[in-house]
Amino acid sequence: MSWISKTLTSSIGRKIVMATTGLFLCSFLVVHLLINLQLLRHDGGASFNFWAEFMGTNPVIRFMEIVLMLGFAVHIYQGLALALKNKKARGAQGYVVNHSEQNSQWSSRNMALLGTLLLIFLIVHLMNFWIRSRFDAFGGLAEVKVPNLDHPVGDLYSVAAASFKIPWYVALYALAQIALGYHLWHGFRSGFQTLGLKHPKYTPAIYYTGYVFSVVIAVLFALVPIVMFFGDQYQPRPATGQTVEQSLTEEPAVLR
Amino acid sequence: MAGSNPNAKPMNLTLKVWRQKNRISEGGIVDYKVKDISPDMSFLEMLDVLNEDLLRQGQEPVAFDHDCREGICGSCNLFINGRAHGPEQGTTTCQLHMRKFSDGDTITIEPWRAEAFPINKDLSVDRSAFDRIIQAGGYVSINTGGTPDANEIPIPKDIADRAFEAATCIGCGACVAACKNASAMLFVSAKVSQLALLPQGHVERKTRVENMVAQMDKEGFGACTNIGSCAAECPVGISLENIAILNQEFLSAKATSNNLA
Repeated sequence: MSWISKTLTSSIGRKIVMATTGLFLCSFLVVHLLINLQLLRHDGGASFNFWAEFMGTNPVIRFMEIVLMLGFAVHIYQGLALALKNKKARGAQGYVVNHSEQNSQWSSRNMALLGTLLLIFLIVHLMNFWIRSRFDAFGGLAEVKVPNLDHPVGDLYSVAAASFKIPWYVALYALAQIALGYHLWHGFRSGFQTLGLKHPKYTPAIYYTGYVFSVVIAVLFALVPIVMFFGDQYQPRPATGQTVEQSLTEEPAVLR
Repeated sequence: MAGSNPNAKPMNLTLKVWRQKNRISEGGIVDYKVKDISPDMSFLEMLDVLNEDLLRQGQEPVAFDHDCREGICGSCNLFINGRAHGPEQGTTTCQLHMRKFSDGDTITIEPWRAEAFPINKDLSVDRSAFDRIIQAGGYVSINTGGTPDANEIPIPKDIADRAFEAATCIGCGACVAACKNASAMLFVSAKVSQLALLPQGHVERKTRVENMVAQMDKEGFGACTNIGSCAAECPVGISLENIAILNQEFLSAKATSNNLA
């Protein structure tokens, strides 16, 4: 097995690990975004809560959740380890004058910084939403009925609606998406380059797709908390176990 | 001087030069003034003027690497005003002319910086790490016999052109100097793809890429993050496509070579 570990610990092998995990995380972003956009439907969170329940109970998704966590762990560890290795390779004495902005993009040179900002955001984000929805000890969720299911589901919508009425929280989310956009701006195309997929025939398409992808993903992710902050119809409901339809007809109240 | 511009006015410049006695001593920037520099001079000729001044004053001249002074040997290697080989695209330091600067300019001159390129003295760095990478596999060791007849080995024109483009790498190290990670991937990829594209290189194709990448890592170069500064600063225009080829070559060699260790 030593040839495998040698491959994966060589500088090119580690790049390939970064690229495959990174592109896998890109696919996760698409799924996450599609579900987030359900928050903006004017249905009191019925669609969002339905899909949140699906993501939390479907066996395939639960398995992929483990793969996803491993993907995150490997990408974060490898990214930080490579950043340290590369800093060491640069040497203790830096250039007195260095105009790297004339030969490369800012986002390309600052992937480790952007990644670290995203890691901080990720921790805050998981603490508020993911941990709470998985473990009752960390807050848990109120139960609510949704039209398509015969059993009550966790009301994650109210957590989002309550969270996105807090100005600094909305600002944090919106700003984190700027870091995400820049991270993807370099990361998407870079992943394909690392996998050896560079050719005059399709590389321009990869670059173009990557730029569009990074902007669209970042803007739509940022839009959700901003719209929910300014929209009066997005309100958390009190933990009463009402159906969505019942709660929509009643005056909403702030959660807890 | 033949071809010189009679209207070109001589320039006075301030130079900020990295001086360092030897590998272990600490270095620093020292300011010098040079006068009456012709715009037709090359950058290295301007440094020759500085060194003559220093010698006349009984001071130690500035050490810098140079050899052919026509852009093919890859010896000259100066980081000028924050750019490898200076502000001009597609030139080595020796091909950079003083007409690209203006009278009264301040020019900062530093050596390549990388852990794998220790400074010998002043602006001269030790790039033998590149030699050791070539020794690890950047050659064809089979006995090829006498000179073959022309076109005996058919190589399509576009393949020959791509191999030639990769072969134009002069090993100057600007890619490492410009890279935020001090990665030698562009250099190694040029050498690997040059030989991988040609039939003569196919015999040792797998061991070559495995050994050269292993040596590259051993020398302490950083890992590539596809920033692209290397290709942007390369004086002969080696493209990032070579790094993609290197990645492919490396992966397929690792997956299929007989080297199980």
